[in-house]
Amino acid sequence: MTRGLAWLALLGLVATPLAIVIGMGFGTPDSGVPPVIPPIGRDGWQGSLEAWGLIFEDSFYLDTFLRSLRLASVTAALCLVLGFAMAMGIASAPPGRQPLLLALVLLPFWTGFVLRLTAWVGLLRDNGWINGVLMQLGVIAEPLPLLYSDGALLLGMVHSYLPFAVLPLTAALAKRDLSLEEAAADLGARPATVFATVTLPLAAPAAAAAFLLVFIPAAGEVVIPEMLGAPDSMLIGRAIWGEFFQTRDWPAAAALSTALLALLLVPIALYQRLSVAK
Amino acid sequence: MSLLALEGVTRRFGAVAALDNLSLEIGAGEFFALLGGSGSGKSTLLRVVAGFEPPDAGRVLLRGADITRDPPPARDVAMMFQSYALFPHLSVADNIAYGLRRAGEGRAAIAARVAELVALVGLAGMEARRPRQLSGGQQQRVALARALARRPSLILLDEPLGALDSGLRERTGLELRALQRRLGASFVMVTHDQAEALALADRVAVLEQGRIAQVAAPRELYERPATRSIARFLGAANVIEAGTLPLRAETPAPAYALRPERIRRVDHPPEANGVTARVADLAFRGGDAVLLAQVEGGPLLRVILPAGAPLPEPGASLHLAWDAAALAPLAA
Amino acid sequence: MRRALLTLGLLFLWAPVLLLAAYAFSDSRTPFEWGGFSLRWFGALARNERILEAAWLSLRVGMAAASLATLLGLALGWVLARHGPFVGRPVFGALAGAPLVLPEVVTGLALLLLFVGLQALTGWPSQRGAVTVWLAHSALGMAYVAVLVQARLAALDPRLEEAAADLGATSFVTFRTVTLPLIWPSLAAGWLLAFTLSLDDVVVASFVSGPGATTLPVYLFSQLRLGMTPEANALAVVLLGFASLAGAVAWAIRGRAG
Repeated sequence: MTRGLAWLALLGLVATPLAIVIGMGFGTPDSGVPPVIPPIGRDGWQGSLEAWGLIFEDSFYLDTFLRSLRLASVTAALCLVLGFAMAMGIASAPPGRQPLLLALVLLPFWTGFVLRLTAWVGLLRDNGWINGVLMQLGVIAEPLPLLYSDGALLLGMVHSYLPFAVLPLTAALAKRDLSLEEAAADLGARPATVFATVTLPLAAPAAAAAFLLVFIPAAGEVVIPEMLGAPDSMLIGRAIWGEFFQTRDWPAAAALSTALLALLLVPIALYQRLSVAK
Repeated sequence: MSLLALEGVTRRFGAVAALDNLSLEIGAGEFFALLGGSGSGKSTLLRVVAGFEPPDAGRVLLRGADITRDPPPARDVAMMFQSYALFPHLSVADNIAYGLRRAGEGRAAIAARVAELVALVGLAGMEARRPRQLSGGQQQRVALARALARRPSLILLDEPLGALDSGLRERTGLELRALQRRLGASFVMVTHDQAEALALADRVAVLEQGRIAQVAAPRELYERPATRSIARFLGAANVIEAGTLPLRAETPAPAYALRPERIRRVDHPPEANGVTARVADLAFRGGDAVLLAQVEGGPLLRVILPAGAPLPEPGASLHLAWDAAALAPLAA
Repeated sequence: MRRALLTLGLLFLWAPVLLLAAYAFSDSRTPFEWGGFSLRWFGALARNERILEAAWLSLRVGMAAASLATLLGLALGWVLARHGPFVGRPVFGALAGAPLVLPEVVTGLALLLLFVGLQALTGWPSQRGAVTVWLAHSALGMAYVAVLVQARLAALDPRLEEAAADLGATSFVTFRTVTLPLIWPSLAAGWLLAFTLSLDDVVVASFVSGPGATTLPVYLFSQLRLGMTPEANALAVVLLGFASLAGAVAWAIRGRAG
């Protein structure tokens, strides 16, 4: 009975929606409500490859995909490096202090995602806090164009996704067998060598999981680019969002989603394998 | 009629038979030990009796009734689990009362029975504590009280002393046996510790690869092991193949077990049931000493020298002898 | 060195939040401009009906979604931890983990298309609103609950449940008296996580919600992408206060449950 309920939830709320997305990529835009003619109707197959043609013919979408993957990679790499450093700090704190430090990592996130981004807007915009301080100090005469740039976007991305990296890394590093590192030191390894030859290799699966845990959702991010990024820097999440909400081209949004899923299939499978192996 | 009878019980895990066509009878009021190394099938046997492992073949009878297909809650047996499996979220009293509540007994009856059991195992005043606030020995006693609560026909004990410090083990074991005698309860205990089995049980079954190698009272098992492996397992006896030493035994056999403490040092080399050997190694153990004596062109003998005996020099030559009665014939 | 990096990281996480909080107490109408201490924006927030309405909706949807997610996540986690190998298990596992890693836009679009398709076939849901957001957030949250429940069940000593059965408990009674009390911290944590996810979700809610059912994050996103108001700063302080309180409560519960 439990398994029946579980299958029902998974098929109804996960598998079927994903199947519909893939199918809808072969639909045709329409002016009705909903604004789409589904690929299968009363008379059987009535789908088209229009949406997919659009994606493959227009290099705009290819560029968009590449830019998204690049942003996701850079975000994940920065989160991994910073997250690893922070996780090492937390894991080497006294055990009684660790929950408090983890809470300090998580607490800022309960101000709400959107509000946190507005804080960055307030900091970075032309009459914002950073420009104000720099001008008062006389470092600059004119405000720097900080907001709506790739730098601001990356800052917001790393800020938002950092806990995703810190949590699994802390879990892995706090559990590690310290006597292995002591053994390495005892055998003559200097601290940097101990880290490179023992700590890092043993944490590699957790690091890979942390990277993917940031990379996968970051590849489809919508809100952060919308609030902090340059308006002309097109990303795949924004493209799907735009096709759906502005152009109202549902098949295009669905085809782009399917393409994004296909691109993320390998990272997702890799992540699931890593998290099962744990 | 026996209390518990197993008839041709087989339990396979994949290609491995954890229990291989095993039959056994245990009487009421008996303290019975299942002794074996890891993988011998002793824990599987306990779990088959408790109902957690369905046997692939054979029957389990309790007081003559077939309980092979009964689910665990329906069986009139109670298990004391290895490392106790006390419910961490319940107090001592609630742990003990757990089975009584399931049986639907009244509040007053439960309270009275819990008080009785708490007193029986000497935990009065600790009823409100959680298991993690107790010492290992106290936890063991809660587990015992919990198993006893419903007065089951049979108590199964899975390594009951295994989780205790070695200093506590002996005393707790003796208490366990005293309690069993006083209540007239029937105990089946699984252990890998031969000293524990010999010290506590009325009868011991030695399990090897899912089969019973020998069932006997402790003294007989120790003095007359049936096979080479039992001889080696119990008290690390010397196994002497016929013809490798000048033996004069009471019964002819292909091999004999010779207890290390039954070998003694003598001044002159005897004609039979004795050898001359060289001290290969010697270890003082406080109460006694272990001597490894190499017979020229023959076996390495393990000898226990009693307390106070003078210790030979390593490499020295010495004469050893034993009685014909000390040679226990081995079948296999 | 390690501590310095950790401090630096925490500073990076906290700096914008602290700044946001500090300026909530500024009298100035321009956000991030100090105009003397004032609590006026908290008053303005308390009178802003659009925000309060959205917050109330978010709260209700969040609690309902967290509850359904906990129920479904318990079923998923139970099957993953206890049902051993069965036909379709790899598919089951992949589907159960999918909502954790799917990009939000894909999840949002997929669930929207599900609701549209359902409506075309059955007439239900007749319109999108609180109910569709509730279901969508439950789908999102159940995967997180499942992970927590599965981990907790895997760490549970199987002998505890055997002991209960041995003492005469049926499987339902065993679940009620032993399993549930022992895994409930993971259920509480899962509920809280699902609640937080729902309360913070912009993208999925934007897809599946309809007119008249605007959750707080969706409302804030629509307002603040253009420009911010000091009321938003005050709201952030209020939310942070609630979160700290919830965190302290969770801490106390964890301490008790051990």
